[in-house]
Formats: sequence, structure tokens, C-alpha cells
Amino acid sequence: MREQSAATPILQVQHLKKYFHTPRGNLHAVDDVSFDIQEGGTLGVVGESGCGKTTTGRAILRLIEPTGGSVIFDGNDIIKLDKSRLRVMREKMQIIFQDPYSSLDPRMTVASIIGEPLIIHGRVAGKKELLKRVHTLMEMVELEDRLYAAYPHELDGGRRQRIGIARALALEPKFIVCDEPVSSLDVSVQAQILNLMQDLQDRLGLTYMFVTHDMAVVKHISDDIAVMYLGQIIERSPAKALFARQYHPYSHALISAIPNIDSQTAEAGTILRGEIGSPIEPKPGCRFAPRCEYCIEKCFKETPPLETLEPGRQAACWLVKELSL
Amino acid sequence: MDELLLSIQNLTTEYHTDESVIHAVNGINLNLKKGGSLGLVGESGAGKTTTAYSIMGLLPKLTGKIAQGSILFENKDLTRLPEDEMRTIRGNEISMIFQDPMTSLNPILTVGDQIAEVLEIHGTADTHAALAKAGDMLEMVGIPRERMHEYPHQFSGGMKQRVIIAIALACNPKLLIADEPTTALDVTIQAQVLRMIRDLKAKLDTSLILISHNLGVVAQVCENVAIMYAGRIVEYGPLREVFSRPLHPYTEGLLNSIPRIEIDKERLSPIRGMMPDPSVLPRGCIFRPRCPYAAAACATKAPHITEGSGRSVMCLMHEGVIPNTMGTGGNHA
Repeated sequence: MREQSAATPILQVQHLKKYFHTPRGNLHAVDDVSFDIQEGGTLGVVGESGCGKTTTGRAILRLIEPTGGSVIFDGNDIIKLDKSRLRVMREKMQIIFQDPYSSLDPRMTVASIIGEPLIIHGRVAGKKELLKRVHTLMEMVELEDRLYAAYPHELDGGRRQRIGIARALALEPKFIVCDEPVSSLDVSVQAQILNLMQDLQDRLGLTYMFVTHDMAVVKHISDDIAVMYLGQIIERSPAKALFARQYHPYSHALISAIPNIDSQTAEAGTILRGEIGSPIEPKPGCRFAPRCEYCIEKCFKETPPLETLEPGRQAACWLVKELSL
Repeated sequence: MDELLLSIQNLTTEYHTDESVIHAVNGINLNLKKGGSLGLVGESGAGKTTTAYSIMGLLPKLTGKIAQGSILFENKDLTRLPEDEMRTIRGNEISMIFQDPMTSLNPILTVGDQIAEVLEIHGTADTHAALAKAGDMLEMVGIPRERMHEYPHQFSGGMKQRVIIAIALACNPKLLIADEPTTALDVTIQAQVLRMIRDLKAKLDTSLILISHNLGVVAQVCENVAIMYAGRIVEYGPLREVFSRPLHPYTEGLLNSIPRIEIDKERLSPIRGMMPDPSVLPRGCIFRPRCPYAAAACATKAPHITEGSGRSVMCLMHEGVIPNTMGTGGNHA
């Protein structure tokens, strides 16, 4: 879809881990996740609640401190940076949050929300320059000039999300984690925001990590997709190829479960049984095995590695060579 | 031969606040046959939930008001029924499932007690029989009956929604209204719950109104669909026909704006603009400010319902007032 620069990943995540301590043991929210993202591309990260997709996005930006692993961005390991150097690096890495209702300070005007990062990072010399920059940013996200002094509560969800995008763009980042940016929006507005995000990517050469639970959205926006289940990536594939064929039984179940407009998808047999297991002190073995209709004994004993099956495609399943889904 | 269970005529529901009158539902007509299933689709603020609350008699007492119209349920007009009679119908003959399974259950009662409570209140069973029936209901929604002594917090989201469905179906209602029943659930759990609703509906011969903003969800369960916009039903008909050949520009816009699994689109075609403020609706056609096909007449002349071959639509293009240019992309594609 977008031009690929000669295979230099802008971001390389290796063995990323985030454990949370709970009274019942360690909760493995992200458990040894590795992937990279090509410059100017979009990696979609999908999975259901509790799969670790949001935690992965936040750990990459060190909005929460990872338990282990490395995140190489622009030649630097983000995890090893001290506070002041991390701050400089953050200018290049931004995030757009899911809920435009709770992620904007209700006491700040549209202009001050968008302009705040410019002031904090000393990007503007004076008020005049600040005003000019804010206007440019508002124009970029198609926010009307008259909303300059408005407060978030006066605006609808679509416009609020545009504010969040403008603020994320203020420092001219290269990489943006988009955490369910359209999930709380109505479909007609969702389409407006998705188009805007694609336009901005083409125009500014942005790289996105797009976190979502919505399979149709992720197919539309992504070049590549990583499917997560209980803290691990279980399949990685170019977007269109994944929908044409899935190697992992969970990806297959996930895609079969999408309510399709044209047909009744929920035919007998394709519906996944049971519910997601506990991420607290998980036992060795495939985490999907208890819900998997194809599981064998080995699946409960050894964790399958993410194995390359064809160029750009990987899956973590012991039976991947035998199954044809 | 097809007996009507529910017939809504010219329903107009308003919310009165100090400053303004919110026109939430503006003269809708809807018919539902016994055993039928109807999807009510639209974006936030379309009036879907207000329609459901009007049927259930659950409008907020101080502000909500049915200004006009009738809701005939088995030939009784629910809008004129006294509250005590309405109470015997609600939960008994008409049940409703609400969107959020996390907050719809009582946290300090076991799920078994909550199912049994409905049966006792409606006098269908004594305490002992009600508890036994509660166990049966749990099994029917795929939860082992041993779990009836557990509390809501011990259940996952999908399981809670199953409990809520068990409560709603406990008295074997003639009509079930499900308001976004799977919106809070993960997609694999959503598939389980949708299949269950479909199976139970067939088994118990319950009629169903399913409210959702998700066209795919409605397509899994419903035969007919009504598309709502700004308090009006702009299009109605058999679901597959409406989705494959929409007659109203809003329906077409809705279908074009969603990303589809089965169709590759480089770019989505959003509907421009926003839903109108329900306290100051535009004159003429309510969709005109956002409609790519709008002509001068649309600003002054409000469209009527045009009916034909089981479908109906509210648009001047179908009344012959302006030329029908649907499918051309319109004048600002």
C-alpha cells in the first residue's frame, strides 16, 4: 500500500516483557514479544481484552516501565535511556489514546491542549509563533479555526480525537502508537478519522503501531498485522494475506467470529469455546491450548516458538505444518 | 396468517429540559410479526434506545414524554396503560437486555436468586420452584447450574451477559428487546452470545428487537432491519435486501463508511458532517445537510414514506420529486 524503504526497521522490539505483581503471583501482561516496524509502515496489533496489546504499546514508549527486553528506535535502546535523554527521544515517539473523552484536560482550551507540548519542549520562541504553530496543526487535522478557544466538553468525539491527533503531531514525531483511536466513535466519524490518519501518514511519513480489537479496522489500516493472545504474539503476517489464510487456530477463530454483513458467519463448529485463560503465572505450553480444538499433548508442555512459514509470515503453533485452516 | 405482535404508529418521543425540547423519536412506524426479528440500526443519538424505552415504559419520568402515537402490543396500547398494568407486562411479556453486563446485575445477590426473583415477582413460581427453574435457565444459556450460588463478580463479561439473557427469558416473554447486547464483549465471545440468542429465539419462539450500531451483528440474527437517523426510520425492509441494495442515501453512506473484511478498500467513504442537534432539527429532509444527492427541494419539502415490495424508504428521490441518482456518488463524492 505504502512504499517500503529498503527494509530498515524504524523500531525493533526484542523480548519485551512486562509483568505486574499481584497477590497471586506475577501477571504476565506482555511475555517475550519481539517484532519490528518498517519506516513509514503500519503494524496493526490485534487481540481481545487482556491480550497485552495496550501494555505493549505503552511499554515501548516507557509510559510504563518494561520488566525486560529492548526497544531499539533510531539506533538507541529506549529501555536504557536516562530520563533526560528519554525526554528528547519522546519528541519522536507519540501516542494517541482511545478515549477522547477522558484523555483531554477538561479545563484546557483546544489551543492550549495542542500547544502544550510545544511549550514544554521549548519549541516555540514566543506567543506569536505558538499561535501560528497551533493554527497549522489545527488545519492539519481539519479542526475549524473557530474552535480555538473551545473546551473539550463542547465538542463531539470525532473532533476531540482530532485534538488528540494534533497534540501528538505537535512535536513532529516519526512514530506514533495509536491505541484504539477510533473504537469509541460512530462509524461515519470513524471513517473520517481513519482517512485523516492515512493522509497524515502519507504526508508526514509517519510510522504507526495501530492497536485495536476491531478486525475490519486493522485489515483496512495495516500493512502488517501481529495477532496477540495472552501476552504473546501468536501470528505475524502481511495484512491481506492474514485474512486470506490463517496459520494459527486462534487467528482463524478470531477472523471466523467477525460478524459479517453478507452472511451468518457463526456456523456451527467455527465458534471458539471457552474464554481467555489467566495471565497470572502461566504454565509452560501454548496459552491457547485449553481453547484449541486441535491441541495435542505437546501443546500443554512446551511453548511453541514463532516460526517463519513464508516470507513475512510467522506463527507459533506446534501443528502449523499439519493444519490447513 | 402472520399475526402482528407489535405495531408502532407515528411514535413521537421527546425529552423536555429547562432550555429545550429534544426530539429523540420523530413519528416512527414499525411492525413486528409474532416470532419475527427486527434489527434497529443507527449511530449514537439516532433514537434507538429511546424507541426501546418508549415500548418498555421506562422513559425518565420527569423529562421523557411520548408526545404522539401509539404502541400496540397484542392490540393493547402501551402508551395508555396505567403503570400497574405495565408492570405486569414488563419483564413478563416484554423483556429487555441492556448494553452493559458489568452494571446490570445486583452485586450482592447470587445469580440464581436474581433469576428466581423475576419468576417470583411475576407470580409464576414459588421460591422453591423458582430456584429450580433458575438452574434450568442457567443451563439453557450454557452455564452449569452449580454456579447459581455464585455472585456476579465471579463471572466474566460474557458469562454475565448470559445470566442477563437468562433473567430476560425467565418468564418466557413474547418480545425480547436487546439493546447492544454484545457491544461490551470480545469478538469470539460475541459470536458465542449471538449464536445463543439466535438459537434461543428459535427454540422459545420469542420475537426479537435487536438494537445495534454494528451492521454485522444485526445481520447475524435479524430478518428485517430498520435504519434510524435523527429520530426517524429512513429505511426499512428485509435485511439482506437493504444491505445489498440500499435505497436511502444514509444507508448507503453507512455501508460505505465501514471497513469490510470481505471487500478491500484503499479508502473509506465517510458520510460528511455530523448528526443534527436533536433540539433543532433541519427543515425539509433531516439528512439533507449530509446527503450527497440532495437537491434544492430537499431543503423545504419533508419526505414521506414510500412503500413497495416489502420495503419502505423516506427520501424524495423515491417520491419522484427529485431525480434518483443513487449509486452515482452524488454531487460531492
